[in-house]
Amino acid sequence: MSKPLIELEHLSRRFQVKRNVFITAVSDVSLTIHEGEIVCLVGESGCGKTTTGKMIAGLLKPSSGRILYNGMDVTSLQGKAWEQYRLGVQMVHQDPYASLNPSHTIYDIISAPLRHHRYVENETAARHRVRQLLEMVDLTPVDDFLDKFPHQLSGGQRQRVSVARALTVNPSFIVADEAVSMVDVSIRISLLNTLLKLKEKMGLAVLFITHDLALAKYFAWEGRVGVMYLGKLVEVAPARQLVEAPQHPYTKVLLSAIPEADPERTRHKQRIELRSMDVPSLLRLPTGCAFHPRCPFFEGEMCEKVIPELTYFTDGSAVACHPVQKQRAAELQA
Amino acid sequence: MSADTLSIRNLTIEYQAKRGAVQAVRNLNLDVRRSEALALIGESGSGKTTIGLGIVRLLVSTAKITSGEMIFRRFDKTGQVIKEFDVLKLSPGEMRAFRWKDCAMVFQAALNAFNPVLKISAQFADTARAHGYLQGEALRKRACELFDLVRLDPERVWNSYPHELSGGMRQRVLIALGLLLDPPMLILDEPTTALDILTQRNIMDVLKDLRDKLRFSLIFISHDLSLAAELADRVATVYAGRIVELGNVYDTFQNPQHPYTIGLMSAVPTLTTHRDNVSSIPGSPPDLIDLPTGCKFHPRCPLAIEKCVCEEPTLSPTTGPEHLAACWRWPEAKQTLMPNPK
Repeated sequence: MSKPLIELEHLSRRFQVKRNVFITAVSDVSLTIHEGEIVCLVGESGCGKTTTGKMIAGLLKPSSGRILYNGMDVTSLQGKAWEQYRLGVQMVHQDPYASLNPSHTIYDIISAPLRHHRYVENETAARHRVRQLLEMVDLTPVDDFLDKFPHQLSGGQRQRVSVARALTVNPSFIVADEAVSMVDVSIRISLLNTLLKLKEKMGLAVLFITHDLALAKYFAWEGRVGVMYLGKLVEVAPARQLVEAPQHPYTKVLLSAIPEADPERTRHKQRIELRSMDVPSLLRLPTGCAFHPRCPFFEGEMCEKVIPELTYFTDGSAVACHPVQKQRAAELQA
Repeated sequence: MSADTLSIRNLTIEYQAKRGAVQAVRNLNLDVRRSEALALIGESGSGKTTIGLGIVRLLVSTAKITSGEMIFRRFDKTGQVIKEFDVLKLSPGEMRAFRWKDCAMVFQAALNAFNPVLKISAQFADTARAHGYLQGEALRKRACELFDLVRLDPERVWNSYPHELSGGMRQRVLIALGLLLDPPMLILDEPTTALDILTQRNIMDVLKDLRDKLRFSLIFISHDLSLAAELADRVATVYAGRIVELGNVYDTFQNPQHPYTIGLMSAVPTLTTHRDNVSSIPGSPPDLIDLPTGCKFHPRCPLAIEKCVCEEPTLSPTTGPEHLAACWRWPEAKQTLMPNPK
C-alpha cells in the first residue's frame, strides 16, 4: 500500500457557543488517507464532516489531537514547511457562486496564485500555465473562458474554475466539500469524472465530503467511505462494501431510508425504523454510543455507558459499535 | 373518464430580462387528474418552479403570462363537476380565495416561508382569518389534527416560533398549513431538497400517508428522480419550459422514451447502479433567452438529426396512449441510449 499522506489522530474540535457552553463538532476522529487515495466522508448536516475537512486543509485549528502531513505534525510546522503543507492541501468549496471573486476574470483568478507563489516567471508563462490548467479541467476551447467573469459561466463551469485554481500550486491532496451539490444533476457526473481523471493523472489524494451516499459510492468506487454521526466517525469501509454490506446500525438505517430511482424497487425496499426520530443536540450528547437512543439494534447497558471505539477488522473496514464488534470479535485486527 | 382537476392549455410564461425575454414556460399543455400525484422533474432553470408559481399566480412582477388558459374544476362528493373556471381570468379577490382554498402551494426553503416573529399558532390564525375560516379553539383543534397527520407533536409545535423547529419539522408544519382549508390540490416545490436523508424519508412517508387519507391532487416539483419514483403516479419531464415526456411512473422509469429522460436517469448514480452505467449528459442546459431551433434538446442529444434542428416535436403517444414523448426519434431512443444493466 502507498504511503500515508494525511493522518488524523484523535482529532477533536470544540466550538464555544455561549460563555462556558461548548459543542464538540468533531470528536476523537482517527483516519489515515494514503497518497493517491479517494476517501469520501458522508453524514447528515451537523455531523462534523465539513469541520473535519477544514481542519485537514489548515483552515481551522484542532482543539485536540494531531494531523500528520507526510508524517509531520502540522501544528509544529513553521515557515517554509507550513507553507508547503498549506500548498500541498487545497480545498474546493461548495458554493461556486461565492468562492470566485466576481470582479476578476477567470484568467485573473487562476493566475493570481501562480504569480503570488512564483510558479511562473512572467506574464507569458502565466498565460501558458493558465491555458494548460483550463484544459485539464475540460474548459475548452480555452479562449472562450480566459477573459470571462464568473457570472458569465454556469455553476458547473465555475466549479471547474475552482478546481483549476486549486491545482495551480501542484497540491497532493484536495478537500472537496460538497463540490457538486450546487451543480445541475445532468452535469454532476462529468465534473466528478474530471476530478477522477485528474486524480489518476496527478496522483492526487481526494477527500470528498458529501451527504449523498450514492454519489460517494460512485466517486470512491476504488476508495473508501467514512460515515460520521454527531462528530464521530462510526464506520469506514471500501465504498462498495459499505453500501452493499453496511455494518454500523446508523449506516444501515441511512441506506434503507434512501429512495431508489426505480418505482418497483423503492416502493418495496426493506426499511429499518429508528427508535426515535429526534436527533440529539450536540449540546447534550447522549452518554455511551451517541446513536443509542435512536439505534434499532440497541443492546443495553454497554451501548448506554461506554463510548465504542472505531475498531478495524481484518478486511480493512472499521466500525464503532459494541454489538458489531462483539459479533465479529474473531475478525478484529490485532 | 372523469374530468381532470386542472387542465392547462398553451400556457406561456416569460420573464423580462435585460437581454430579452426569458422563455420559462412555452406553450405548455398539462392535465392534473383528480387525486393523482404528478411529479415535475427537470434541472434547475427548466421552468418547473415557474409552472407551479403560474398555477397559483404568484409570479414575480417581471414575469408575464402571455397566453394560455388554466381550467380548474371543483367537484362535489359524488365526483360531479360543480364549478369550472379559468384561473387566469379570476379577479384579484377571487384569486385570493382560490389560493389555499382550491390550491395550496408549499415553497422551497421552509425557513423563509414563515414570519420569524410570529408563533406557529399566529400564522395559522392569519391564514384562517384571511379565508373566513375557523378561529380560536376550533382552529387549534383543526391544526392539531393536521399536526397529528404529519407526525408532529401538536402541543409543542402550536406554541413554537419557527426558529425553534428543525428543518424537517418546519417542512411538515408548512404541509399542514397548506392543508388547513382542505384544498383539492397541493403543489410542493422541492419538498425534500436541503433536508437530511432520514428527514427526507420521514417527509416522504408523511406525504404518502396524507395522500392515502385525504385524496388530494399533488403536484410536486423536484430534480430528485428517486423522490418521483417513490411518490408519483405520473411523471412529467420538463426541459426548456416544456414537457418532453409524460407517463405513468412505472412506464417512465422502466421504459423511458425521451433521450433527455434517459440521460437524466443515467446521470444520477443510485446505490445499486454500477459505476460504468453512469454517464453525464453532454453540454449544458439551454439559455432560455436564446433557445436553440427545433427540438430544444438537440444540441445535447446523441440522436439528433436534421429534422430535430428544424422542427420542434410535440408531445405525442409512444408505446401506449398514456405514455407521451416529444421526440422525433423516440422509437430508437431507449434501445440506443440505455446502458445494458451490469
